[in-house]
Amino acid sequence: MLTGLSAFEIAAKVRAKEVSCVEVAQAFIDRVGELDGQYGAFLRLAPEVTLEQAASVQERVDRGEAGLLAGVPIALKDNISTLGIETTCASKILEGYVPPFNATVVEQILAADGVVLGKTNLDEFAMGASTETSAYKLTKNPWDTTRSPGGSSGGSAAAVAAELAPVALGSDTGGSIRQPASLCGIVGFKPTYGRTSRYGLIAFGSSLDQIGPLARNVEDAALLASVTSGKDLRDGTSLPNPPIDISSLKSRSLKGMKVAVPDEMFGDATSPEVQAVIEEAMKTLEGEGVVFTRVSIPSIKLGVTTYYIIAPAEASSNLGRFDGIRYGLRAEGKGHIDLVEKTRSAGFGKEVKTRIMIGTYALSAGYYDAYYVRAQQVRAIMQQEFAQVYQDYDFVLSPTSPITAFKIGELNQDPLAMKLLDYCTIPANMGGMPGISINAGFAGGLPVGLQLLAAPLEDESVLQAAYAIEKALPGASGRPPMP
Amino acid sequence: MAITLEEVRHVAKLARLDLDEGEIVYFQSELNALIGHFSDIQKVDVSGIVPTSHAVVMQNVWAEDIAEEGLPRVTALRNAALHRAGLFVVPQIIED
Repeated sequence: MLTGLSAFEIAAKVRAKEVSCVEVAQAFIDRVGELDGQYGAFLRLAPEVTLEQAASVQERVDRGEAGLLAGVPIALKDNISTLGIETTCASKILEGYVPPFNATVVEQILAADGVVLGKTNLDEFAMGASTETSAYKLTKNPWDTTRSPGGSSGGSAAAVAAELAPVALGSDTGGSIRQPASLCGIVGFKPTYGRTSRYGLIAFGSSLDQIGPLARNVEDAALLASVTSGKDLRDGTSLPNPPIDISSLKSRSLKGMKVAVPDEMFGDATSPEVQAVIEEAMKTLEGEGVVFTRVSIPSIKLGVTTYYIIAPAEASSNLGRFDGIRYGLRAEGKGHIDLVEKTRSAGFGKEVKTRIMIGTYALSAGYYDAYYVRAQQVRAIMQQEFAQVYQDYDFVLSPTSPITAFKIGELNQDPLAMKLLDYCTIPANMGGMPGISINAGFAGGLPVGLQLLAAPLEDESVLQAAYAIEKALPGASGRPPMP
Repeated sequence: MAITLEEVRHVAKLARLDLDEGEIVYFQSELNALIGHFSDIQKVDVSGIVPTSHAVVMQNVWAEDIAEEGLPRVTALRNAALHRAGLFVVPQIIED
């Protein structure tokens, strides 16, 4: 079936003219139509745009000019701006908003002859770890539809796992690509901060946000990462480095690879069943020559607090732009301030309001030094401790999520438990590090992700290592029960 | 240090959120619960540590000063709930 193919396979078949771009696009549109009622991965498709793009890519294929993503349909998290396609961040405040421009990553995808398939569900403004704070719908985990796909890129993860899209883009502020990838048994990659342009990504925590790919194998994730990276003058935090180079993706041997395993991400931090799967995978990798060393990185324990000050502080500022005047919802009010307050109160959901309140509190007079400045200092300590580890080791390995996919609704009433889900993923955002989650095996029939981190700018290395690990763990991934 | 209802009202005002009394009480308990967990970073020795505002060291970025076309006015206004004569409509701000 076309829809079961990888992005690499689809592009190869399109280039070889075994299948047309329009056939590929139609096959995915049909499959989403048939199955997404069960999963709720997509907020919307735009079939007319998709088919038009596919037809125009086909013309280039016919002329022998097809790019790297020739005819590959790509699902986009609905906080990535798409020209002419409604973009809501899964929030009522942006209902009906149609961006007048494409995000840089969308331009890059189109330039590589990829095709936009549709927009996927997320936690409102990417604030959450279960996709349950979406103002529109629940997304279900293809491995067990009574369970959450994780979040906040839960729609993108479920879409890729259920073969509703070969690959997708998500965004990762504290783990929002890697954690849902882990819970859905797929690959999720967060590049080094600054390697992928944030232009057109509706901002949550600007110093932490990074766009990255979700895919069913490392090679596809690397392909999409290479296409969507590189310097962009429209993003002031974009790094001058060239796009991620994947020409040596398959060249790395596991023999002699030095991997640090932080005590703080094992033991009490992780459920016994997740830990057992990761330790089993480590045994296999040890047999292939990987050298694991237990280390201590004490600041990891401060990550969740640091994140829950810095990210809401930045969000409270970023979300100030939603005032009802220039775009989105507008409520009636007596005078300007009343209009703004009524608009924001009607448009934002509970989780978003909570984070705006925390952020505003942490930045307010009298608390700024105690919370915000101190969190920035702890971030510096965390960066120093990781830099120290990378002097002696190539990578840091851990579970991605401390638990497997949880029941929908199970963690809703316990905000702290939900926030601890990001415990192992937050350090990568704090340190700007590249991080990837790949499936390591199963516990109770549910996927368990393994996370690999590297020093900033080591994107190529972390992808190479993940590719080698994926090959060394052939039984680790699988296909959820579905048509 | 527990947050009072008065402080919650003040923060809501700063955040431009119009909260009803039920929400004020809800956010008081929510903020107190979360901020209670923030105490762990208060114990860290941060003397001499320079706060980082970014994940990766960043410097000024310069671009050539070249004039470019902006968004056409009609496009910029398309998403506004109310516009008139090519302008965004806002409630009166200066009193008569």
